[in-house]
Amino acid sequence: MLGLEKKDFNLLLIVAALVVLAPVLLNPFPEGSAMAQFNAGYPDLMQRFVIFGIFAIGFNILFGLTGYLSFGHAAFLGVGSYAGMWMLKLLSINVIPAIIFSMLIAGLVSLAIGYISLRRSGIYFSILTLAFAQMAFSLAASVLTPITGGETGLQTNLNDPRILPGFLGGGSSADGNIPKPSLFGIEMTATYEISVGNWLWTLNWGYAICAVVMLIAFYISIRIFRSPFGLMLRAIKSNQHRLSYTGLNTRPYMLACFVISGMYAGLAGGLMAAMDPQVGAERMQWTASGEVVLMTILGGVGTLIGPVLGAGLIKYFENIFSKINKATLEMWFSFAPDWLEGILVSIVYPFIGKGWHLTLGLMFMAVIIFLPGGLVEGGKRIGDWVRGKRGKAANDGAEVKTPAE
Amino acid sequence: MDQIILQILNGLDKGSAYALIALGLTLIFGTLGVVNFAHGALFMLGAFCTVTLSRILGLSKEVIDETRTDFLGNPLKVDVPYIYDWFGESAGAAIIDWAVPLSILFSIPIMIAIGVAMERGLIKHFYKRPHADQILVTFGLAIVLQEIIKYYFGANQIPAPAPDAFIGSFDFGAAIGMDPGAIIYPYWRIVYFFFAMILIAAVFAFLQFTTFGMVVRAGMADRETVGLLGINIDRRFTIMFGIAAAVAGLAGVMYTPIVSPNYHMGMDFLVISFVVVVVGGMGSLPGAVLAGFVLGILESFASMREVIEFLPGINQVVIYLAAIIILLTRPRGLLGRKGVMED
Repeated sequence: MLGLEKKDFNLLLIVAALVVLAPVLLNPFPEGSAMAQFNAGYPDLMQRFVIFGIFAIGFNILFGLTGYLSFGHAAFLGVGSYAGMWMLKLLSINVIPAIIFSMLIAGLVSLAIGYISLRRSGIYFSILTLAFAQMAFSLAASVLTPITGGETGLQTNLNDPRILPGFLGGGSSADGNIPKPSLFGIEMTATYEISVGNWLWTLNWGYAICAVVMLIAFYISIRIFRSPFGLMLRAIKSNQHRLSYTGLNTRPYMLACFVISGMYAGLAGGLMAAMDPQVGAERMQWTASGEVVLMTILGGVGTLIGPVLGAGLIKYFENIFSKINKATLEMWFSFAPDWLEGILVSIVYPFIGKGWHLTLGLMFMAVIIFLPGGLVEGGKRIGDWVRGKRGKAANDGAEVKTPAE
Repeated sequence: MDQIILQILNGLDKGSAYALIALGLTLIFGTLGVVNFAHGALFMLGAFCTVTLSRILGLSKEVIDETRTDFLGNPLKVDVPYIYDWFGESAGAAIIDWAVPLSILFSIPIMIAIGVAMERGLIKHFYKRPHADQILVTFGLAIVLQEIIKYYFGANQIPAPAPDAFIGSFDFGAAIGMDPGAIIYPYWRIVYFFFAMILIAAVFAFLQFTTFGMVVRAGMADRETVGLLGINIDRRFTIMFGIAAAVAGLAGVMYTPIVSPNYHMGMDFLVISFVVVVVGGMGSLPGAVLAGFVLGILESFASMREVIEFLPGINQVVIYLAAIIILLTRPRGLLGRKGVMED
């Protein structure tokens, strides 16, 4: 189906089902119950899940397939955001041109950066991309203020030109408010709530659009992984020198891969601008680049679904885990005697709430040390263990999934 | 003219910090072949050694001062540090005042212990893994270390002032026969520069003139052969890791009066110090020091008003720009050795 093998098609179906059912699946706790704060099924967060999913899928095409570790990918996300934002201001409030342009501009920028950075490999490549990204960040925050809005960032305004005709989303809005990004008149923030019993599910147009885009992006990434082009990229990862000795010029392949990856980041940036029309330079900082590395590794580098899982996990932690406070903890441990409760709370407290980064760092280290294939490898090992085929089968699985080297 | 001298001086203190961090990074890379992304965190830990020491010194008890009263007429309660009891009031006050220099002694054993623990506990297991894994695991460690510091010390900057004797500025212009006030330079930055020079000289002397250093240098050149000669090179490299951690820590200790430490100061320095290492040449100790000072001075020249007017924003990007140009034209960096990390 769709040019995919059965296994891949099933994977696509699973991801599609997860994405479609996300508003339900992510709200497992009834509204108003004590656990309701762990519900993640609100539009803003779900949009983040899929947008960062796209970002991580793109990063994985570069790092997972070729082993080139870029530490500056957030720059493309930021460039995409700015480009998308300007389209929303200049052309129309319709999100489609914004998303297309953000991909194009990010593609061009990544072509330029990739052309230079790919002259080196290994640690030098990482440092070069890092240097470019930091340059982009510093410039966006200072000198390029007329284009980027500097520290205040860029927003849509009431008197933006928006030159396209009205039915395409151009012009100014009728009611005198700042128009919201929309798709042929459907606003991204339009939301419908369905309540079933005590449960409340939120359906949101912005999420629907992000989800469709993400499924397309995921499909394309499967096609890339299974294509001769993808095979060539894997060959570069396993031994670039040997590939050169056979008379192949690896540069065009690497550059194409880098640009595709940059366009994915630009797409994610464009969607971010379309969902929430304000862009700031901090989106491009190198810690943001580090975040997408974390996502990809946590999920499972070089696997198809890993980056999406990793992105979801980190965003869930960032938004939900960080909200747990001392009172919640005390409630959880209230079954214990007072002295034990105090001890338990004081042990767990540093790892939750504002300290969620600590948990993230420890988790990340644990994954690198013990599970180089990330959550996907973990799931595989558990699966093998459950099936009672530990031993040889599990070892074979681990061999195949050895991540980027 | 005075502008040029001023910018060189400004560049020297920043350059000293870059050079010290890059020196430690290169020591680790040259000996163990590990790209340590947690090195910025070690710099930050050093700075927090100072904070810890000054807090320990400041531990105090409440004493009721009978001679004075507060605004309600009750006897005034005064905090008296315990250290006053032990050393007398004037000596105690002097010790608290000199907390930053004293932290040098305090931090060396701590940083060496942290470095050795890090190498034995974590990095040791990553020698055989690809560089990407080493980068990632040390990056994770940096996050963990910085979050621990954030948990105990909070997210705000914690000032740690220099001793009173070094507060104020030195009139450098008058000293070299120019108009008084033309070049004014804070005392502590001069102290930092000389401290950095002494530390760098000490590291080089240690490597050059001791037997231990000779073995380490031999190990850097050819680890396997040194091992075959029956020398336990791994243990010496572990100690070098501890020394590199101490160098980074000391750079942090002395930097606290210049920039008040906060938990992410390490990350801010890390990116630049990697650039410094790469510009200097991976694995080259003199290269790291040279590149540190060159880039520091370059940065301060780029922040001159005349330059910014000519090329807006250049002060923000000059270091990265220099790194890109050097990496593309001199792949081994300024003083890189042949065969080290050549892809």
